[in-house]
Amino acid sequence: MIATVGYYEEWWIQVLKAIVIFAVGLQLVPVVVLAERKLLGRFQARYGPNRIGPYGALQPLADILKLLTKEQFRPSTSVGFLFALAPLISIVTAVAAFAIIPFGNVQNIFGTPVGLYGVDVSIGPLYLFAFGAIAFYGIMLGGWSSGSKYSFLGAMRGAAQLISYEVAQGLALVGVIMTAQTLSLTGIVEAQKGMWFIVPQLFGFLIFLTASFAETNRAPFDLTEADAELVGGYNTEYGGGRFASYYFAEYLNVLVVSGIVTTVFLGGWLLPFGIHPPGWVDPFVVLFKMSLFTFLFIWVRATLPRLRYDQLMSFGWKVLLPLATLNALVTAVLVVVTH
Amino acid sequence: MPEETPLPAPLPPDAAPQLPPVPAGGVTVTAWSPGEDVIEVQRTPAPGPARGTWRTFRETARGLATTFGRMLEKPVTIEYPEEKTPVYPRFRGRHKLHRFEDTGLEKCVGCSLCAAACPADCIRVVAAENTPEHRVSAGERYAAVYEINLSRCIFCGYCEVACPFDAITMGHDYELSDYDRTDLIFTKEMLLAEPLERTPLRNEGE
Repeated sequence: MIATVGYYEEWWIQVLKAIVIFAVGLQLVPVVVLAERKLLGRFQARYGPNRIGPYGALQPLADILKLLTKEQFRPSTSVGFLFALAPLISIVTAVAAFAIIPFGNVQNIFGTPVGLYGVDVSIGPLYLFAFGAIAFYGIMLGGWSSGSKYSFLGAMRGAAQLISYEVAQGLALVGVIMTAQTLSLTGIVEAQKGMWFIVPQLFGFLIFLTASFAETNRAPFDLTEADAELVGGYNTEYGGGRFASYYFAEYLNVLVVSGIVTTVFLGGWLLPFGIHPPGWVDPFVVLFKMSLFTFLFIWVRATLPRLRYDQLMSFGWKVLLPLATLNALVTAVLVVVTH
Repeated sequence: MPEETPLPAPLPPDAAPQLPPVPAGGVTVTAWSPGEDVIEVQRTPAPGPARGTWRTFRETARGLATTFGRMLEKPVTIEYPEEKTPVYPRFRGRHKLHRFEDTGLEKCVGCSLCAAACPADCIRVVAAENTPEHRVSAGERYAAVYEINLSRCIFCGYCEVACPFDAITMGHDYELSDYDRTDLIFTKEMLLAEPLERTPLRNEGE
């Protein structure tokens, strides 16, 4: 037995839930893509896409159609099997990580108790980091099997970066886990009934957020892509549907990280000031909090320039890691003293 | 055909380049002294870890505030096909040929001074004599053919300056793309026609 599950429904509810969550996650990605392009435009005092559909709302559809009708090509130096497999790994891990974000606790839907999450594993954050570690293979294999120097450099950077920042990210969560005394994400949300963890774990929150930017390869840590120096980084040689997969995975990862931050630090579906709305509001509360973080991701991308590689490394190992360790230590002492 | 300037005579193959003679004692190299021009750059001491972290945090927040401020502003975009960039009154766009307003005769007398002034050699004028039955221009002659190849024109405005009768001026029209190069050779009729009013003019002081 590796992990126990908090609440377990009938198999057909599980299947239905999986479809619903996958469908919702899938629909959120084009929204985030469009939001990013529109907001980046606004941050730069221009409109962003506004030609296709009302206010450019159909732009992601046009993008996807364009990408999917492109020829599937690969360089003659590439390793065909891995070249095709790598984007799949990226997308599968992103979708799998999305499964553990709780949008609400167990609700009565037509007399059937259903948990508003894919699965409530008792190892929530570990599950997340496991898939985060596998997601790195998507980038690494994609970059290596392309048989191109830019892809390879991007992939190597991605490897080093993901390993460095995953440590800090994990340690930042340790404080929360010790305070909540549970690894279940619904349990962590329930533990925030009195006070959201963003208040007692402010440093943990900041460290986790910073490391998350690096984990999702977003600006200012987008050295794996680094279009100014590496053309497109690990996905230089990709086009068409495979590029679309990478693109999709990137934005789904942004959503996943937003969801995790919401769950772990911002009280998930809980509302402040003791407001208790009916259960069907919970998913919308979570989606609203997630959209706040997605906005922050876009905002930061519009603001901060890309770090230099040595800055990235020294920041990860010399600043974030000691701070995260300190945070975990102090929390541990406080937890022991107060209990 | 301009007269070709003769090339300089080729050097004899055994001619060595003329170097200054080296003095007997060898060349002594002395360091160049910058003298009074030296500027001592004063740097503040490097911040410690705490101050450095705080400074990074503060500057990041300041940057975020700056970009957020941009979002509240109205975009500066001019949405081109619907909305056109206004031009200045002296903007040099597509040429116009003019007529006298009272008589309706063409101002151009076919003197070809514009063609002579044109550095891109894009104007072609063929003059013909006015006759009492067939009077086109106010002068003795008129331009039977007047063509400007706008795919060659560099919009320098020298033709306008060269014209003794103000017959040709630069207009404001800048939407000159076409699907065929031959369509960009504008004839006299096209240049004389009233241009479509589609270029907004910039207001005074704008």
